[in-house]
Amino acid sequence: MDKIIKMTALVAPMDRANVDTDAIIPKQFLKSIKRTGFGPNLFDEWRYEDVGQPDSDNSSRPLRKEFVLNQSRYQGAKILLARENFGCGSSREHAPWALKDYGFDVVIAPSFADIFFNNCFKNGIMPLVLDESIVDQLFQEVFAQEGYSLTVDLEKQEMVKPNGDVIPFEMDAFRRHCLLNGLDDIGLTLAHQNEIKAYEAKRKQEAPWLFASLEHN
Amino acid sequence: MSAKTLYDKLWDAHLVREEEDGTALIYIDRQLLHEVTSPQAFEGLRLAGRKPWRIDTNLATPDHNVPTTDLTGGVASIKDPVSRIQVETLGMNAREFGITEFAMGDIRQGIVHVVGPEEGATLPGMTVVCGDSHTATHGALGALAHGIGTSEVEHVLATQCLIQKKMKNMLIRVEGQLQKGVTPKDVVLAIIGEIGTAGGNGHAIEFGGQVFRDMSIEGRLTVCNMAIEAGARVGLVAVDEKTVEYVQDRPYAPKGDDWDMAVTAWMDLKSDDGAFFDTVVEVDGSTIEPQVTWGTSPEMVVDVNGCVPDPAKEADSVKAEGIQRALDYMGLKANTPMTEIPAEYVFIGSCTNSRIEDFRAAAQVLKGRKISSSVELALAVPGSGLVKQQAEKEGLDKIFIEAGFEWRNPGCSMCLAMNADKLPAGKHCASTSNRNFEGRQGAGGRTHLVSPEMAAAAAVAGHFVDVRDYL
Repeated sequence: MDKIIKMTALVAPMDRANVDTDAIIPKQFLKSIKRTGFGPNLFDEWRYEDVGQPDSDNSSRPLRKEFVLNQSRYQGAKILLARENFGCGSSREHAPWALKDYGFDVVIAPSFADIFFNNCFKNGIMPLVLDESIVDQLFQEVFAQEGYSLTVDLEKQEMVKPNGDVIPFEMDAFRRHCLLNGLDDIGLTLAHQNEIKAYEAKRKQEAPWLFASLEHN
Repeated sequence: MSAKTLYDKLWDAHLVREEEDGTALIYIDRQLLHEVTSPQAFEGLRLAGRKPWRIDTNLATPDHNVPTTDLTGGVASIKDPVSRIQVETLGMNAREFGITEFAMGDIRQGIVHVVGPEEGATLPGMTVVCGDSHTATHGALGALAHGIGTSEVEHVLATQCLIQKKMKNMLIRVEGQLQKGVTPKDVVLAIIGEIGTAGGNGHAIEFGGQVFRDMSIEGRLTVCNMAIEAGARVGLVAVDEKTVEYVQDRPYAPKGDDWDMAVTAWMDLKSDDGAFFDTVVEVDGSTIEPQVTWGTSPEMVVDVNGCVPDPAKEADSVKAEGIQRALDYMGLKANTPMTEIPAEYVFIGSCTNSRIEDFRAAAQVLKGRKISSSVELALAVPGSGLVKQQAEKEGLDKIFIEAGFEWRNPGCSMCLAMNADKLPAGKHCASTSNRNFEGRQGAGGRTHLVSPEMAAAAAVAGHFVDVRDYL
């Protein structure tokens, strides 16, 4: 996984609450058996006039011009500014895959749905939770100023606005460590395999039925 | 020892290790797999040259892409090539890694969240995961069940563990007695209406109180299924005699001495008196009315005798905009009585409401009645081959067919329209599923979430009605 340490990037505003993962990546695109290539279908129903299919040529589809990501001023954005409960609904990891494939490395919101929040970290996306009042203020500034960029510094756990104001943010130490170092969770867990085996041995005594094989049926 | 909640007990029993900052490894007893969220996980294992940790505790079944019409051709009967590849890929991965799969054509195939409990593959006290947010369903049996992403599916395959932080405890206590015609679906929709779709974020919800004690296991499965619609990954109900009776003699339930030992352990799967909950919500069950959603989020719900809300009456501007956007999408005007909204499509199915009791309840309403001529399509989609078989044994299929429903084969179907069952743009659907998001049942489709009884009554009337007038 790519390391994320510090970046400065354009911000795109997604000004609606409860953006669900069906909206982030509609179901017809979940039929892919790959992790990549979802970017052109990010927010598909909001972004295009027609209904996209996995085999559509997205470059020739009619765009909804008013949709935020279709506006020229937000092209190249890597930071998505969002409202409360972003990523609610389905557990589909295709949602962070689509955001990442489109180019987003950071999503800022007052709150995130739990599963989506978790999935972000597995894919090198930083979901940053900020107070609603700060998010409100950022929305106003992004709308007011074309080319509005933020610097996100994961090492220092702070964001810097164009005017130099600093906004600190919190992040769980373990997750921050994994993002900073681009670590693979499975490798980390397997480093504790003796403890997993010890747990299984003890548990087998207490609850042997949990270790019955599903094959013999 | 201090008093523990049911969630605390399940957590403690599965804790492998915990870091100082609270990051923990918890052991996973069972993983359920379906075709949509697993291919990239198997691919990840292959690329890293990793083997599954404990292969015989995984159970796979295709559900999202499976057609509900003719299945005689097996996987080849899937016309959409992309869907077919996904289902074939699940089969290939199951064979390559040696995972038990209930493939298309197996009577046990169905929606994972129906199949797990039905087979006894979900047991009280287990940790259960699946790459599907509705895994919360299994908590109805006193199991700690989470929906996870595909990276975590791979992580569980490789290590039999998940990296987690402990959630907060929430108790939703519903006391009193439900009115006639008020179902588990209405209870959970009313709860979501009360606490909102983010109300349970960061929490494991335990559903407690008289209403859940009185409720059947299948009703509890419906309630826990929608915990995620209240923002909580985990929904739980304490184990009682009904749970034990439900599990007994299921194919994968423990037998003999193991059974006796298991039952003894399961009887402790309840919150201790005085256990601490971070959040407690109280609802008076006797006041709950049949529910219908009007908007594009499950929290946008009202009593069937209520009206579509008016954004002009909402003080919060973000919320008012949200209401207006939902009304525009749904093609509804503020203050319209819910009973004036047409039901052009009807869908009875999904992991929320596709068990035998759901079909029995809907059949009660449909018996001796015909669906309205204004209904364009009414689908009854059992949750598994075994549910379908049981319904047919009871003659329920005939009641549905005589009323004008199509009686289909099991799968997720029009809940999310990954197969050919799609809600057309602009059409209103009375649906027993769990999400009324924009485009969920088909691009431009307009979903109204209801109970199976309410869906059946709407099919007969051609618009939403109070099912109590039909009982």
